[in-house]
Amino acid sequence: MSYQQKSTSYWKENIKYLIILLSIWFLVSFGAGILFKEELDSIQLGGFKLGFWFAQQGAIYVFVILIFVYVRLMNRLDKKYGFDKDDES
Amino acid sequence: MNIQTWTWILVGITFALYIGIAIWSRASSTKEFYVAGGGVSPLANGLATAADWMSAASFISMAGIISFGGYDGSVYLMGWTGGYVLLALLLAPYLRKFGKFTVPDFIGDRYYSNTARTVAVFCALLVSFTYVAGQMQGVGIVFSRFLEVDITTGVIIGMIIVLFYAVLGGMKGITYTQVAQYCVLIFAFMVPAIFISIQMTGNPVPQLGFGGADENGIYLLDKLDGLHRDLGFAEYTSGSKSTLDVLFITAALMVGTAGLPHVIVRFFTVKKVSDARKSAGWALLFIAILYTTAPAVAVFSRTNLIETVSNKRYAEMPLWFKKWETTGLIIFTDKNNDGIVQYVADKEINELKVNRDIMVLANPEIAGLPNWVIALVAAGGLAAALSTAAGLLLVISSSVSHDLIKKMLKPSISEKGELIAARISAVIAVCVAGYFGINPPGFVAAVVALAFGLAAASFFPAIILGIFYKKMNKEGAVAGMIVGILLMLFYMTKFKFNWFGGGAKEDWWFGISPEGFGTVAMIVNFVVAIIVSKFTPSPPIEVQEIVENIRIPNRAGKAQKH
Repeated sequence: MSYQQKSTSYWKENIKYLIILLSIWFLVSFGAGILFKEELDSIQLGGFKLGFWFAQQGAIYVFVILIFVYVRLMNRLDKKYGFDKDDES
Repeated sequence: MNIQTWTWILVGITFALYIGIAIWSRASSTKEFYVAGGGVSPLANGLATAADWMSAASFISMAGIISFGGYDGSVYLMGWTGGYVLLALLLAPYLRKFGKFTVPDFIGDRYYSNTARTVAVFCALLVSFTYVAGQMQGVGIVFSRFLEVDITTGVIIGMIIVLFYAVLGGMKGITYTQVAQYCVLIFAFMVPAIFISIQMTGNPVPQLGFGGADENGIYLLDKLDGLHRDLGFAEYTSGSKSTLDVLFITAALMVGTAGLPHVIVRFFTVKKVSDARKSAGWALLFIAILYTTAPAVAVFSRTNLIETVSNKRYAEMPLWFKKWETTGLIIFTDKNNDGIVQYVADKEINELKVNRDIMVLANPEIAGLPNWVIALVAAGGLAAALSTAAGLLLVISSSVSHDLIKKMLKPSISEKGELIAARISAVIAVCVAGYFGINPPGFVAAVVALAFGLAAASFFPAIILGIFYKKMNKEGAVAGMIVGILLMLFYMTKFKFNWFGGGAKEDWWFGISPEGFGTVAMIVNFVVAIIVSKFTPSPPIEVQEIVENIRIPNRAGKAQKH
């Protein structure tokens, strides 16, 4: 693969990851915590109503996990395309 | 020992620590001054970013805001954490690869235009100054409440400390003091929260105690909803804002967070792109510890407050009630002269006004915790305010010395001269911030909210398009930023300060509050930028190459090309 092809397909895979991760980001916060909050509130999670829990706890936990998943995915992707070496600038 | 002595001891020790770190990590070059030499480890940068981000407002006011707003407070919880996902995925790695010192640097180079750079400098200064005034005020408040010195003295002590390590150490000094400040503030926030969680639910983890039950087996949240219904307040877990408004405010805060220059520059301090991603993860983890505890503290203190005061005899109020009454943070007026506290939603009958800051500041006293814990809260509040203030001051001083002087007014300035200029602008910035801390303009609270809207309406679209849309040109970006900012300023001043004819809640466009309008202004910025770019020439080939280059994490790229 030429450098040009490599960087184009690297970028495409990167965008794919971003779309998947940001969809989850949207679903847990704007979805579960706001738009579908009323519906989810009819489900009880211990002492929490589920929608309320997502808005004040769950969404934040998922955010943290999302970033660490992204870090792992990108480190693997960098390696696959050989972009992980000499990356000090 | 009494609270006063404990507070002086703890504040004294932490301040000595900050100064010690500052002396040890003096900056000797502009690179060290602006980005700590670019060699900060991801973990240290995560800690520093968390301290930088969590301000006096997060530490002192947020739990109180949630406590009084219930579900409505979720906008801050999701907004101020969700922004880090955007930052980590869409901005931090690419800006790190770009590898300059400031946000206007990126805007100016990517859009090959000093107009773009000037607009960015203006936004960075506006956002940072409004923000920093609030921090200095926070320092003054903590000093005056816990140490009984007046606010002016408090602010001046704070100014001297910040001056010392920001001017001497630059980003390097700030980074390592922020690491220490994070440890102080998180310890100070968690200790009372854990104690209270055990008292109220028997569970030492506040995040779980939050959903726990009291000694009668009734879930805390159900109990609080019941109390709220009885007193006429909106149910705690439902809130009273419209869904649309909650949606827009959350989005504006998220995007605003990702666009704040003092947060973005933190990612310039790590060694490489993969470190920038990782440190965003650490930062959010450390922030999340406080942000998932705050709503628990809110519920504990809300329940405690209602149970302690509602329909109880005024004469039998506990000691803390009297103490905070003298500071004016609790105001009781016995309207029907029955000697009993009526705390209800109906403004006509309600006899008690409670300042939201009390929920954190007085929490340890309400729960009857030992004196050293109360003193710890003071040290934590100061750590939160000082760390954020220092980060903002650095953005201000680098905007002046680097973006204005070096890049525009006097490009021939020597490295040494630029470093002196950076230090002098830091001194001036501290003095201006201190002045506003002592004489807070009445609109500070309104303007801090404006800072998020402004960042959302200006920087965020310009940076995102700069990375993800190669064909975005200077005409589009500048037009987008200007229209976005002006629209945001117009809406805020119209509905907050009654300019342009003013307007009430009913006149809000589509029912969107000024706090949530940043989202609209951001969308307008995107649309304007893309449309204008379609009708104007593409950016030069070199600029398109810059964009290709920042998308690839390593430097080897260019060499392999040939």
